[in-house]
Amino acid sequence: MTWETVIGLETHVELATKTKIFCACTTRFGGDPNTHCCPVCTGMPGTLPVLNKKVLEFAVKAGLALNCEITRYSKFDRKNYFYPDLPKAYQISQLYLPIARDGAVSIRTAAGDKTIRIHELHMEEDAGKLVHDPWIDQTRADYNRCGVPLIEIVTEPDFRTADEVTAYLEKLKETLQYLGVSDCKMQEGSLRCDVNLSVRPMGSGELGTRTEMKNLNSFKAIARAIDYEARRQIELIEEDRRVVQETRRWDENKDATYAMRSKENAQDYRYFPEPDIPPIELSEEYLDGLRAAQPELAEAKRARYQAEYGLPEYDSRMITSDCVLARFFEDLTALGAPPKQGANWIMGEVLGALSARGMEPKDMKLTPATLARLITLVGEGTLNRNTAVKVFEAVFDTDGDVDAYVKAHGLEQVNDDGLVRETAAKVLEANPQSAADYRGGKEKAFGFLVGQVMRELKGRANPQSVNRILKELLTQ
Amino acid sequence: MELTKLTALELGAAIKKGEVSVKEAAQAALDAVAAQNKELNAFITVTSERALNRAEKLQAGVKDAESPLYGVPMAIKDNICTRGVKTSCASKILGDFAPPYDASVVERLADMGAVSLGKLNMDEFAMGSTSETSFYGPVRNPWDLERAPGGSSGGAAAAVSAGLGWYAIGSDTGGSIRQPASYCGVTGMKPTYGTVSRYGLIAYASSLDQIGPLCRDAADCAAILDVLQGRDPKDGTSLDGQYGNLLGSLTGDVQGFKIGLPVDCYGDGLDGEVRASVLAAADVLRARGAEVVELSFPVMEYVVPAYYIIAAAEASSNLSRFDGVKYGWRAEGYESLDGLYRKTRTQGFGSEVKRRILLGTFVLSSGYYDAYYRKALQIKAVVKDAFDKAFHQCDMLLTPVAPATAPKLGESLSNPLQMYLSDVYTVPVNLAGLPGLSMPCGFDSKGLPIGAQLIGPHFGEGRLLNAAHAFQLDTDYHKRTPKGGDPA
Repeated sequence: MTWETVIGLETHVELATKTKIFCACTTRFGGDPNTHCCPVCTGMPGTLPVLNKKVLEFAVKAGLALNCEITRYSKFDRKNYFYPDLPKAYQISQLYLPIARDGAVSIRTAAGDKTIRIHELHMEEDAGKLVHDPWIDQTRADYNRCGVPLIEIVTEPDFRTADEVTAYLEKLKETLQYLGVSDCKMQEGSLRCDVNLSVRPMGSGELGTRTEMKNLNSFKAIARAIDYEARRQIELIEEDRRVVQETRRWDENKDATYAMRSKENAQDYRYFPEPDIPPIELSEEYLDGLRAAQPELAEAKRARYQAEYGLPEYDSRMITSDCVLARFFEDLTALGAPPKQGANWIMGEVLGALSARGMEPKDMKLTPATLARLITLVGEGTLNRNTAVKVFEAVFDTDGDVDAYVKAHGLEQVNDDGLVRETAAKVLEANPQSAADYRGGKEKAFGFLVGQVMRELKGRANPQSVNRILKELLTQ
Repeated sequence: MELTKLTALELGAAIKKGEVSVKEAAQAALDAVAAQNKELNAFITVTSERALNRAEKLQAGVKDAESPLYGVPMAIKDNICTRGVKTSCASKILGDFAPPYDASVVERLADMGAVSLGKLNMDEFAMGSTSETSFYGPVRNPWDLERAPGGSSGGAAAAVSAGLGWYAIGSDTGGSIRQPASYCGVTGMKPTYGTVSRYGLIAYASSLDQIGPLCRDAADCAAILDVLQGRDPKDGTSLDGQYGNLLGSLTGDVQGFKIGLPVDCYGDGLDGEVRASVLAAADVLRARGAEVVELSFPVMEYVVPAYYIIAAAEASSNLSRFDGVKYGWRAEGYESLDGLYRKTRTQGFGSEVKRRILLGTFVLSSGYYDAYYRKALQIKAVVKDAFDKAFHQCDMLLTPVAPATAPKLGESLSNPLQMYLSDVYTVPVNLAGLPGLSMPCGFDSKGLPIGAQLIGPHFGEGRLLNAAHAFQLDTDYHKRTPKGGDPA
């Protein structure tokens, strides 16, 4: 029998607001334990949550970008459970009236295009962290993360392959980053994904019993866990055993999932409306304002780059893979850099320099103005491409002054044909054998001679001039 | 001048005129506390030194003081957070918890120039109608030490009644200000939900809880509400009452006021002497020019169950944070996390609190939510509608506060259901989020105070206080003090 895997995702995304969802504490990652908290986010007796308006704005923006219906009258609810990382013993979340519902995201995989339906998007607060210290056999609570705003995005069970899941998550990440509502860093936990998976005979209209997988810390882990879990479920069914509805934990090191808790032991969260936060009523004006302020997203940019700048699709994809790069590219173009040249610099030197340093585009100091100047100098013939790359390396880390560097190091391109001719003649005199080899038909020798001339001129010569003049002299 | 028999405004005026120093006032109150608290058990914590130091500091500001209550000593119910001062909710589980923050009302009172004498005893977590469920022992009624002062703000009502401070700040979730005010012969007010910030009030049932004053008379209540009310950025449910200067608007003129007597509140189960006293109060107001009309209020049989479902549900969630992990008291000898929770909560909460947590957990459980909690919310909406209809026919309602006067200590706890039912006149006000006032309107044959309740529409505090003020201009029940005290 052939089997079909059916997958739905629940993705938690930390919002990039400066302050927490219900208090004014910073949302910054890390920090010494219990230094980013206050009586409100640690749920001290008598304190009350007050909704951060920015969280609402970010959630609505995300909902709009995921083509959701925005709930005009929305509420918070309490999800009750005991755990030491949850100091109020309830999480403020949204069950009955989430902020956004019924969205859709289009994805592209090798198998083609597909639409993934979004069931809902809701706001909630994050919990703290427990750190076990094996040396003293104690568990300590760090409440810094308590109250960091999250949105949870729940899809319909529309995925059939790990490829589709990866494509969706990449699209989601890209969209939320473009909106500026989250940095979506999986390694810092600002994007976390639970996978609900079941299998059924191909062609069946019914859903099988599903399991939920947690602790998936990378796209790679997600793909591997999907393959593992689908195989495990198929084997169970083929052996006439039954899939138990349960939560399973992915173990990265063992490449396997393990049961955490079954439905029989499932908690009853006793959801009820949060009485401390008034219902949220959104006006059409508010929504219109946010709609009008939505930024251009990656997909639209890709299409525009191809149509407006004539960039190849590959280049458009590379540049829009990160919203900071896209903005950098647009600024560069606005400063007069020819789009294709700008794209080449970004895809080559900029991405190369970032990757060599293990940096993210958003951490880059180099400004579009500096790179634009460099491109202008190459265009004017003041620098040759190779020298320009050296200057780029020199100014990249500090966004240094290109002109000052060129001047200080005497790097202007030698466009004086007389000097090139004089130098070339000297080189030929000093390397008669190579000259003879070239004349005898050995093309390789020419490259050596060009190299020698360039070396004499400290690399500053215009390579086209060197080629032309050397050939003239050799054929004389 | 017998200081402790003055009203808060009278003492404030005497302080302003320089007839009494702030410290003398504080000392007089502390002396009264020292003399009587042992038998009344109205205070859990007395902050004598803090009070005297503060009084001394405040003296310099008397001349420039704006508030008519500047320098007047008062006390605060022990479920309202006071920075650095033990705030126990009368529960073992909070141990010696001293919050690192003040409740917003405490900040407002401090800015106004109040002197706090300490923290007042109450039912544990404000759950109870007699102030007997306190971990720190029962409060006694100053009018009869064998009787309960009512609850849950029993310490507050007993203190104000006995002269241990000139006013008190309490909280009211289902009658916890109005009912003890009634049992102890003082005037208490539960304001419109949201008009006084709840920030720093340790929650019992968040959608019903409201902070308010317990005082010697309506004018004092007005002056204190002028300080307490107003939107607070720390409480998302808080509103500006927009009723302006309540004290300044007390004219005592009730000419043309239409006062409704809901016949459903005067039927079976109401003590005859209480009924007679409350109806007599209607006559006093009629004599001052108010019109009194009878009307029907056909929801009374639903209000107590709806209240206990909603309050218990919210309480079960609000009290979950007391788990022994972060603050307060922790049980010893546990072997697992679950063990820590179970032992701490089993030993740390009293039986009434546990009863309500269990009830609340049950009504929110999967499979029961619709049958209980959702239905209770529907009743809440029906009660609101009933009030809306009533306020189309009148300006305010006059009802008893409680079916009878103060019960003997120990009588109520043996029959919790009976105790719950005695909240019938006060809980609808909380369900609808309305303002309610309790004022002394007589004494029964045992010499115990009887209270009348005035209920107004949202933001109707002004008219309730005015009616109470009018009543108090013509009566002296509010001036009588326990232990055979004569009118001041």
